[in-house]
Amino acid sequence: MRRAAITAVALACLMAGLGARAAAEQLVSSLSSQRVLITPSFVGTELVLFGIVERDAASPQRRGGYDIVATVSGPRETIVVRRKGRMLGIWVNAESRTFVEVPAYLAVLSTRPPEQFASVDLLRRLQLGLRRTLLPQLIGSDTADVLREDPFRAAFLRLKQSRDLYVEAPDGVTFRTPVLYRANIPLPAAAPVGTYEVDLKLFADGALIARGRETFEIAKFGFEQFLAASAVNDGLLYGLATAAMALLTGWIASVVFRRD
Amino acid sequence: MLLESARRGLAPAGGRAVQIYLPIADLPVNVFVVFAMGLAVGFISGMFGIGGGFLMTPLLIFLGVSPAVSVATVSTHIAASSFSGAISYWRRRAVDLSLATMLLLGGFVGTAAGVGLFTYLRALGQLDLTISLLYVALLGSVGTLMVVEAVRAILRSRSGKPVELRRGGTHTWLHGLPLKMRFKQSRIYVSTIPVWTIGLLMGFIGAIMGIGGGFLLVPMLIYFLRVPTNVVIGTSMVLTLVTMATATVLHSVTNHLVDAILALILMVGGVTGAQFGARAGQRMRGERLRLLLGVLVLAVGIRFAVDLVLRPEDLYSIRMMEGQQ
Repeated sequence: MRRAAITAVALACLMAGLGARAAAEQLVSSLSSQRVLITPSFVGTELVLFGIVERDAASPQRRGGYDIVATVSGPRETIVVRRKGRMLGIWVNAESRTFVEVPAYLAVLSTRPPEQFASVDLLRRLQLGLRRTLLPQLIGSDTADVLREDPFRAAFLRLKQSRDLYVEAPDGVTFRTPVLYRANIPLPAAAPVGTYEVDLKLFADGALIARGRETFEIAKFGFEQFLAASAVNDGLLYGLATAAMALLTGWIASVVFRRD
Repeated sequence: MLLESARRGLAPAGGRAVQIYLPIADLPVNVFVVFAMGLAVGFISGMFGIGGGFLMTPLLIFLGVSPAVSVATVSTHIAASSFSGAISYWRRRAVDLSLATMLLLGGFVGTAAGVGLFTYLRALGQLDLTISLLYVALLGSVGTLMVVEAVRAILRSRSGKPVELRRGGTHTWLHGLPLKMRFKQSRIYVSTIPVWTIGLLMGFIGAIMGIGGGFLLVPMLIYFLRVPTNVVIGTSMVLTLVTMATATVLHSVTNHLVDAILALILMVGGVTGAQFGARAGQRMRGERLRLLLGVLVLAVGIRFAVDLVLRPEDLYSIRMMEGQQ
C-alpha cells in the first residue's frame, strides 16, 4: 500500500517534470560542419554554431531575455605541468603535477559574462567557465581538484590559453533576433584530433531552462593522416621508409651535383 | 634576422600557400623558412665538411619544435647529407672501409644505448635539460679547444715558423693496448679498443643530442688514431651515415618522434646548400676555417648555457603524458 503511494507520488512528480519541460523553451542548434579535416595547409579554422530558442504557447514571458553558454570540449588527455626551480645555478624542472583526463581543448562562449545572468553557486555546480571547470590532479594514487588558487592549476590554464587551446569568450554567442543565436568556435592549428562536444545551456531569469548538445570531429586527412598513423602504429616500417628516403635524397644530390 | 623572420614564419598568420602542417611535430610551418634553414646549415656543413646537426637541432628547438622531435628528425637529415658526402668520398677512394666497420661495431651499441637513455629521460621529464647540458659541456669544451688550436696555428704561420705536424711515427699509450689490427688504407696499426670506444661514444651522443658528430669525430680520428687526413672525412661520414640511419629507425620504433615531412624539407635544403658551402670552403685557408668553425661551435654552446643560467620567462611548462609531443 505504502509502496504504491510512493510510486504514485514519484510518477506524479515525473509527469510534472515532463510537463514543465514541454511547456518551457527548447534549444535547436546546428553546426556549420560535423567534420574538420587537417590537410597539409591546415592553419586552424572556425566552426559556426547557430540555432534558435524554440518557444511554444505555454512558454512564459522572459523579461530579461535569454542567455546562452556554449561549452566546447575536445578529447581528453593527461597533462604534466612542470615548474622550473634553481639548482646549482641552473634552471631545471623541479616540481610537477599531473592533470588527469582533462580536455585538450576547451572553449566557453557566452552571450555575456555568466556571473551577470546566473548565481555563482549555480555556475559552480554546472562547472561553467574555465575557472570553474573541474581539473582533477593526480595526488598520490588518488585524483582530486585542488584550490582554485593553486599555482599549477593557474599555470595550466594560462599556458593552455596562450596556445588558444582554452578559450573564454564572454561575447562569443550573439543573438541576431530575440530567439536566433550564433556562435563562432575558434579552432587553432594545434587542436588535437578527436571528438569534440558542444554543450549548450540556455538561461533565463537566473535559471537554467534548457540544454542542447552537438558533436563534431577533427581528423587528419589524406597523407598527413597516413603518416601520423603509421608513425605510431608501424614505427619500424615508418623508420625504415624515412631512412630510405634520406638515403635516396643523399644519392640524388650526389648524382645531380656530381662534379668529377 | 634569419631567426626572427623564421620564427614569424612559424606563426599561423603566415601566407597560406607556403604553410605546411607537420604531422609529427604537430605544427604548421612555412616551407620556405624551413628550406632556407636547411640551405644555410647545409652551406656551413659543406664548408667545414661536417653534418651540421649541432646547428640544426638547436635551430629547430629555438623555432618551437620540441627538443625530442628535433633530435629525432635531425638524425634523418644528417643521414641524407652524410650519404651524399660519403658517396663522393667513396668515388675518390677516400674511405677506409675496414676502419669504418670497426668504428660501427661500437657505433651500433652506442646508438642503441643513446636511444634507450633518451626514452628513459623523456619519461622522467629531464630530457630537455640533459640535451641542454650536453650541448653546453660538449660544444663549450670542443669549441674552446678548436679556437685555441686555430689561433695558435694562425700565430705560428704569421711568425713564419713551420707548421708543426703531429703525425707519423709518434706513439701514444693508445698504441700499447692489445687487440691490434692493421688498417691498410689508413696505414695505421692500432688497438681496436680505442676504435670501438670512439664509435660507441659517437653513436651515443649522436642519438641523444641529434648531432652526427663530424666535428668531434674528425679530430679524434686524427689525434688519437693518427688517421691520415685524406681518408678521415670520408671514413667519418660513413660512420655518421650508418649511426644516424640507425638512430632514425630506433627513434621511430621507440618514440615515434621522427617527422618525415620536416626531415625531407630540411635534407633537400641541406644537400643543396652543402654543394655551395664546399666550394666556398675550398677557397679558405685551413686554420681560418677551423677558427670559424670553433667560434660557431662555441657560440651554440654559450647560447645553451645562457638559457640555462638566465631565469626563464616562464617557470611552468606543460606536456602531454603519452603520445606525440
